[in-house]
This record gives sequence, C-alpha cells and structure tokens, in this order.
Amino acid sequence: MSAQGKSLFSRLDTTTLVLYLSLVFIGLMAVFSVEYRSTDPSIFMMNKSHMKQVVWLGISLFVGLLIVFTDSKFFSSFAYLSYAVGILLLIVTIFAGSDVKGSHSWLGPPGLRFQPGEVCKIFASLALSKFLSSPDTNFQTLRHRLIGAALALIPAILIVLQKETGLALVYFCFFLVMYREGLPNIILIIGFSLVALTLATLLIDRLLLFIIITSLAAIGGYLIRRELKRNVSARILLVGVWLVCMLFSQVMVPVLFKYVLQKHQIERIYSTLGQDVPESYLKPGQKKDEKKGNVSDYNVKQSKIAIGSGGFFGKGFLNGTSTKNEFVPEQHTDFIFCSIGEQFGFFGSAILIALYLSLMLRILYLAERQRSSFSRIYGYCVASILFFHFAINISMTIGIAPVIGITLPFLSYGGSSLLSFSILMFILLRLDSDRQVMIR
Amino acid sequence: MSIAANPRQFVIRVIFISMAVIMLLRLFFLQVVEDKYKVMANDIAIFRKVVYPPRGAILDRRGKPMLYNERVYDLLVTPATVSKSLDTASLCDVLGIDKEAFVKMLTRTRVKSGPMRKGVFIEEMSAQQTARFQENMYNFSGFEMAERFRRTYPRASAALMLGYIGEVSPEMLKKEQYASYQQGDYTGMNGLERSYEDVLRGQRGVHFLERDNFNRPREPYKGGELDTPEIAGKNLELYLDADLQEYGEKLMQNKLGSVVAIDPKTGGILAMISAPNYDPNLLRGTERTKNYGKLYKDATKPLLNRATQAYYQPGSTMKPMTALMALDVGVITPSFGYPCGGGYYACGKRIGCTHTGGGHAANLRLALANSCNAYFVHIFRLIADAKKFGGVKKGVQVWHKYCNDFGFGHPTGVDIPFEMSGKAPDTNTYNKMYNGSWNSCTMLFVGMGQGEIALTPIQLANAMCIIANKGYYYTPHFVKSIGNNPKDPLLQPYMKKHVVTHIPDTFFDVVAKGMQDVVERGTGTVAKMEGIEICAKTGTVENKAVVHGQAMKMKDHSVFVAFAPRVNPRIAIAVVVENAGFGATWAGPVASLMIEKYLLDSVSSKRKHLEQKLYNANLVNRYTYAIDSAQRLRDAIRREKKEEVKRMADSTAYAQDSIRAMRFFNKYYIKKNK
Repeated sequence: MSAQGKSLFSRLDTTTLVLYLSLVFIGLMAVFSVEYRSTDPSIFMMNKSHMKQVVWLGISLFVGLLIVFTDSKFFSSFAYLSYAVGILLLIVTIFAGSDVKGSHSWLGPPGLRFQPGEVCKIFASLALSKFLSSPDTNFQTLRHRLIGAALALIPAILIVLQKETGLALVYFCFFLVMYREGLPNIILIIGFSLVALTLATLLIDRLLLFIIITSLAAIGGYLIRRELKRNVSARILLVGVWLVCMLFSQVMVPVLFKYVLQKHQIERIYSTLGQDVPESYLKPGQKKDEKKGNVSDYNVKQSKIAIGSGGFFGKGFLNGTSTKNEFVPEQHTDFIFCSIGEQFGFFGSAILIALYLSLMLRILYLAERQRSSFSRIYGYCVASILFFHFAINISMTIGIAPVIGITLPFLSYGGSSLLSFSILMFILLRLDSDRQVMIR
Repeated sequence: MSIAANPRQFVIRVIFISMAVIMLLRLFFLQVVEDKYKVMANDIAIFRKVVYPPRGAILDRRGKPMLYNERVYDLLVTPATVSKSLDTASLCDVLGIDKEAFVKMLTRTRVKSGPMRKGVFIEEMSAQQTARFQENMYNFSGFEMAERFRRTYPRASAALMLGYIGEVSPEMLKKEQYASYQQGDYTGMNGLERSYEDVLRGQRGVHFLERDNFNRPREPYKGGELDTPEIAGKNLELYLDADLQEYGEKLMQNKLGSVVAIDPKTGGILAMISAPNYDPNLLRGTERTKNYGKLYKDATKPLLNRATQAYYQPGSTMKPMTALMALDVGVITPSFGYPCGGGYYACGKRIGCTHTGGGHAANLRLALANSCNAYFVHIFRLIADAKKFGGVKKGVQVWHKYCNDFGFGHPTGVDIPFEMSGKAPDTNTYNKMYNGSWNSCTMLFVGMGQGEIALTPIQLANAMCIIANKGYYYTPHFVKSIGNNPKDPLLQPYMKKHVVTHIPDTFFDVVAKGMQDVVERGTGTVAKMEGIEICAKTGTVENKAVVHGQAMKMKDHSVFVAFAPRVNPRIAIAVVVENAGFGATWAGPVASLMIEKYLLDSVSSKRKHLEQKLYNANLVNRYTYAIDSAQRLRDAIRREKKEEVKRMADSTAYAQDSIRAMRFFNKYYIKKNK
C-alpha cells in the first residue's frame, strides 16, 4: 500500500505516458510532413491537418485530465449504462447516420461528426470487463461465454449494418481478452484454423480443396485408428471436423462472398492475395477485367512504393516524394505509416514498431499487476484493441493484409480516433493508479 | 493472481511479438532488399519540365521591331474544381459564348486532359475576352488564364525574308541537326527564323519538379539543384529599313516581281521585296494550315521568294557588265564606237535596236545611255572571238569566268535559305545544246542579257554593288548584329571582302558615267532627280511562256538596276516587274522612288505622280492564272501517271504472291490431307 500515499499524478505510470506521448508526437510529425509544402508561409496554419490534430490532442489531454480526476470506481459503475448508450448510438446511426466515403457510420453535424463505432470500443471494453469480473459470472459455463461473445459481437453486427466492416472486425479482438479469461484453447486454434481454411478456400480450387481435406481426414483417421475403434466420440469428432471443414469451404465461404460481402471488399481481399476476383464472385454487371489494378490495388501499390522507396535510413524528414505529393490515398489517415516508411526508412519503421510493441507489452504488464480483475480485463481490452489496429493497419500498408479502413492508433489524423484511443489509455492509467483498490 | 498461474498471458505476448517480427521481416524485404520501389518512386514522382525561353526578336536598322513575341492568354480550366454554384450565364456573357458551346467545350476539356488536370478551354482569347475575364476572374473558380507567347509581325511586312516557325515534323526529327528537338517543339521553317534558328531559339531549360498523384507538378525537386536554367534567345538587328521595306511593298502591290536594295559598303540588305507579298501574321497559330494552303494554291505564287528564287534574264541590265568585260579583255576602249543603223546584221539575222539615229553608239558612254543592242552584241562577239583566247569555245569560257566573278551562276550566299543559283552558261552548256557545232553567232544574245543567262534579282543587285564599289562586294546579308554583337561568329562569312576582279578603276568610272548618262539623257530619265547622281540601266526583257502547249511570247519584263550616288554610293538596287513592259516605265520609277526615299527620307512632291501611278497600277496579267492552272494540271497528270505505274507494279506483285501462296498451299497442305 506504499503507492497509496503518493499524489494522484505521481501514481500514473510514467512509462506508458511517455510511450503514448511519443507516439502522438510522431503522429503529428507524420501528418505535418504529408501536407507540408516548402511554399507554406508558416507551419502554424489552422487549415492544415497537423494543426487540427494539435487541437484534437489538446482536447484529448483535457479529457484525459478529467478522467484522471474521476473516481476509479466510476468506470465500473457506469460500464453497463455506457454500453447501452453506445448501442443506442449505433442503432441511431443506422437510421440517421450520414454517408462519408461510402460508409454510413458517421453521426452528428458536419464538423462535429464522429463514428459511434469508434467510441463504442471503450464502452464495450468497460462492459466486457465489468461482466467478466463480476463475481456472479462463471466463465466456465457456456451461457456466460455466449453472453461475453454477445457483448463483443452486438456492436460489431450493428457496425456491419453501417457498411463499415473494417471497424466491426476490431470487435473480434475481444476474443483475445476472453481467451485470457478462460476461453478454451480450442477456440483460439479453431479461430486460426478458420482463417487458414478461408485463405485456402480462396486460393485453392474447390474440388482440389475437397480432395485435400478428405485425404487429410483419412490420414488423421489412419494415425488414430486404434482410438477410432475404441471410442465412438473420436469417430464422431473426426467426421464432425471433416464435415465442418467441408461445410465451411464448400458452402459458407462461397455464400459469404456471393451474397454478404461488398464488391470492394471482395476485391480488396483478392488483391491482397495477389489474385483476380474469380468469375463466380463477380457482382452482376461487373466486368471481368476492369483494367488490372483497381482502386484498392492502386492504394496498396502506391503505399508499397512509398514505403519501399524509403530504403534503410529513409529519404529524410520532409523529403518523401510519394507521400508528400498525395500518391498514397488516405495517407494522413489510414496510410499514415507510409510517410514514416518513406521518410525514415526501415530504421524509423523498426523504431516505431518497437514503440508500439513496448506500449502493448507495458499495458499487458500493467494489466497483470492489477488487484481487481475489472482493471486487469480492461487492460487486456486496451492492449487487444491496440494490437488489432496496429497489426491490421501496418500489414495493409505493406501488403500483407487486405485494405481494411482502420486507423493506426495515435498516428492517424482524425479526431475521433485520437480521442477514443486517448480515453482508452487514460482510463487504464487511472485504473492503474488505483491498482491496489478492489473495483467491482 | 500470480503471473505463473496463468500461462495464457504469455501466449498473448507471443502473439504480439510474433506479429511485430513478421512486420519487421516484411519491411526489411520491402525497404532494404528490394530495389524496384525506389526506381518506381522516382518515375512516378518526378516531373521533368522543359522550360522554353523566349525566342529572340528581329529588329530593323533603327531598332524598330519586325518580329517579336506577343503575349496571348489561354483560358484554362480544371473541370473537377469548377464549383457547382458557378454562374454559367455570367461566364458565358463575359466570354461571349452561348451556353451550349460552354457545355461542349467543358466536356471536350474533361475528355482531353481529365477532370483533375488543367486543360485548355479557350485557346488565344481575344483582347476583349481577356480584359473582361480578368475583371471577373474571382467569380469563376476552376478557371484561370495562362500566359503564352506567340510570334507576331507588327509591320506585317517582309514575310518571306523573316520566315515563320512551325512544329518540327517527325521526318525532321530523324535528322541529326534536329537532335536537340523533341516532338512538339517549334523551329524556324523559312527565312531568317530558319537561318538563325540556333541563336533565336536560345537554350531550353530543364526543371525537375515533384508531382502528385494527378500528375500535377508541384515544387522543385531537391530545391532545384538539378535544374538547368533556360537562356533567352538573342535578338537579331538587321540592316533592313522597315520603312523602306514597307514603302517598296506598297509600290510593288498588284504586281509580280522583286526589289532588292543593298548597301554596297557593307553588303547589308536594305530592302528585299518579293511581290506579291502576304501578311506573315496569317501563318501562325491555328490559322496556319488553312492560310498556307490558300497561299500555296495562289496562281501568283506568293510563297516564292522572287528575290532569291526566281530566274530572270537580265536583258539590257547585263550591258554594263559586258562593257566592263570587253574593256578588261582589251577588245574595246571607252571611245570604241559601232555604226548602228537600227540593227545588227552580221550574223545573217536582224537583231533590232530601238535607236536608229546615227552616232547613238559612237562610244561606250553613248551606247550605254542609249542601250544599243547592236553595240553590245558586237562587243560580246569580240570577247568570245578574241584572238588571244584562241577560239570561241575558250572565249566563252573566259566570259563565263567573268560572269562568275560578278556573282552569276552560283548562289550569292545570302542569309536566308533556299536561294537559287541562277544560270551562267559556259562552253559545255552550248556544246550540249548545239551538239558541239556552234559559234559566237549562235549565242550572241547573252551579250545583251537574253538567251541562256538567267539571274535572280539579288544577283543583279549584287552585281550593281560590285560596279558601285569598283570591284569588290560583301555577301549580301540581312543581319547586322546578333544580340548587339556585330562580331558574332555566325556573321563572320559576311565580313569578308570579296575582291572579284582586277578591272582598273578607270573602266568602272567610264561605265558608271555611262550609267549616269542613262538617267541624265538616256533611256532611264524617269529616274532623274535633283541633287543625286544616279547611275542606272534599264532593261526590257523578252520572255516566253508555254500556254496551251505553245511557246508564247509574253509581255516584256520591266527591269531596272541602279546605284546612287555615283560617288561614294550608298545604295544599289535591282527591280524586276514581270510582264510589265519597258524597263523605264515600271521598274525605273520603283527603283528611283526607293532610292529617293532611302537617301532623302522622303519623296519630293514633284515625283508624287509616279507614286500614284504605281499604287494604282495592276500589272498582274490575266494569263498568269491560265499559265498557272495549266502548269498545275500538267503536274497533276504527271503525278497521276507515276502513281498509276506504281499501282500496276504493286498489284502485279500482289497477284504473283497470291499465286505462289496458292501453289504452296496446294502442294504441301491439300495433298497431305487427302
């Protein structure tokens, strides 16, 4: 209880704060470098993105200060209520949202628009933490596991309805938290297997895949043939796994691609895999060869050129020819990593990745040192969300993941992104400063 | 909760770390191992902008501009940035176009250069459009004016001499001399624009600019350290007197012919007129193709520079040269006379002479003043048959040598392109013509400037310079200095004094006196004016043309050559007016008026009637058009025949090929498949 005596500010974790601030600073620099022109009269121009971002940083820090002054029990008490408000906002957005670049996920008048889906991450984290840390919850039961999954997936479904699939995918990161809290290993394995199976379905001919899966099952069955003779459930399991794989690869994925996913999503997925969209998944009226190199393909290509041209040490600050001249679309938001890659090269990119990794590992460390499970679970939520954004965003700019429109935490230009990540961080810092207190 | 109690937190950490490692590996591959992205980045991001320097201007001897760059404005539009609230009606009003045209033009621009790039909306706005748009520019976002320069001829004169610029053709680009040109560049096509292309053009600059994703150039690459600056073209200062040139063109209006006036002391061309002339402003910009076609088809051939490209027999204007040759050879003395009774009969046929009175050719001066044909035919025969040469064939060769000395039979080397050489016959010419059997009687006409000799007006003017200078000349040329440097290496050839003959000055004096008599009391009294001693010679040149398959005698060319003043001459001039009549009737007044204008700066009121007479005369004969159309018809038929032969050959070859192919097919394919 030694920490209890110190002042509130000195109890905040300095390492996390420094990492957070350095990432935000790098973000400001990156946004500045994207829009900087040598002809600009001064760097303090309010119509430029970096100055707007400075304003947003001010707002974020102010909100952070408010959070620090809030009682740490407040967050757990209002977790469910905030979650309900979040869901309500998401539902309202479906009907009253405004269209921005093809997505229907923005709310509010122009200038004050925000994405409820972005903010709802905070509420979902709080609610999930509250639920999992509740003494009434026994996460070993299927019923509570389903409730936990529902808490994560309901916002995701509502966001999919707003045509913002990328943001919805972020909510899957809560499974990482639930895994930590006792979801069986098999779920993680199944999850990875499904991803692998999906990729295989997309890449390999359906008939060939059928043969491969069947022969794999046959080999597996041969290897555990004694088990099969003795045990009925083993037989059921083997046939079951085989059936699920079949169903997934032969029915589910084709149906998903044909009827659920949007045209641009299919294109993005295939372009990431370096393939053309197969004829069977083409939407009616869409031509087979609409010029090789559609929009998303172009984005990834330009992004790779920008990053690749950076070399080991980069072109130097403000010398990025590709990013400065807007070759990379969305470069100050989703593709902000390009400007780092181009200007600071492999060296700078590696430092940035190291910073992120340190921050995430630090958060995990903070989470594990909490006395109350609410704080711990919340810490995992923050780390998982960060990880998901970080992994998907950078991967898509370097062409190893599909182009999913999610931001790079702290770096991307955009008020609602910076604000929501800052809130996430400051709540964690606040909770951590009271880590000896039991929060329910 | 101890850390060891829960291994799953380590699984999560491993997932985090492995993701970061995968990214680092990928980044290492992208940024360090792979090279192609660096190349691609430079290709897409750096724009090589070629900057054209302003082309040099051309100024006359007093520094008055004759050809310079005029500022014009194009209206550009970036279709994507045209605001939806644009007041189309008021823009249409400002530009003076209707709404339909507006929409059409906008669509055209959008298609041509894409919605994000600037495209030309209106090329070369009129002065009114420019002014009105400039006032209201702030209303029309997306539209902007772009300054451009075009060549303009403020005095609209000396079209063929100044020349024009045009886009380099693909054929030209293949040649070595155009190695530094690119598709779309302009180059001088004719006249001084062509001869002095290298100095007028200046040096193109290359600026490297970064460009953005819509290919719009932005700021200099690396702060411009790789750029080469452009160097402006140099101005040309001419000897040409713009006022004299304009005056001459006015005198020559509605006539065919040419005037060349040269300053004998420098060889600088004071005026060069080829009539009919045209407004050179017609041959620029978008109008060129249309107008060029029109000029090309014109029967009066305005695109032919008659001063350097048309051949005329010199007629009687040859006589001073013949006299000098005879004097130099020594076959006559200045007091030599010929008893002409109105004709020359020595060769068995009559060669008419306009004078019959006794003693009109009693000595050289009189013979020149009265332009006695018999006298000069006779002295030509004396040269050709001179005993010291031994035979007419050698004698004619000597005469030919003298002709060359006077600058006949080869281009003078004037600094505008496409000059023709003229014809100065020699022994070979006559051997071919008469199969070797000829004598001085066969070709005595050349002595009086008829027959096989043919000169361009500039050669005639140059010969006058030689007489005026008493034996030397400078190659006629237009350019006095380049960029105010009169010693430019390009001008070196024109600074060389050509001493062509070693005829004693006394002989020149005699001939000059004779030429002065032409004006004082001879055939050219029309040129007489107070205070100036003019030396001149009239010429009335018989000529023939082929009309409807028959050689037809045409109206005589009116020719007049002169230099003035006799002592210390400042101008030498040659005038040809085609099919106009006596030399003294038309060419004489032109020459004397121009001399007066040049030497005294104005024409005295006593001679205004000559001016009026010339302004009002239309000497373009009707049959000029008939001859021209007949000529064009013949050319067309000849072309047609040639093409017919080629077509026949082609189709024969094609037929043979197909027969061969058929045989091959039958032999190797059909048999096998049976």
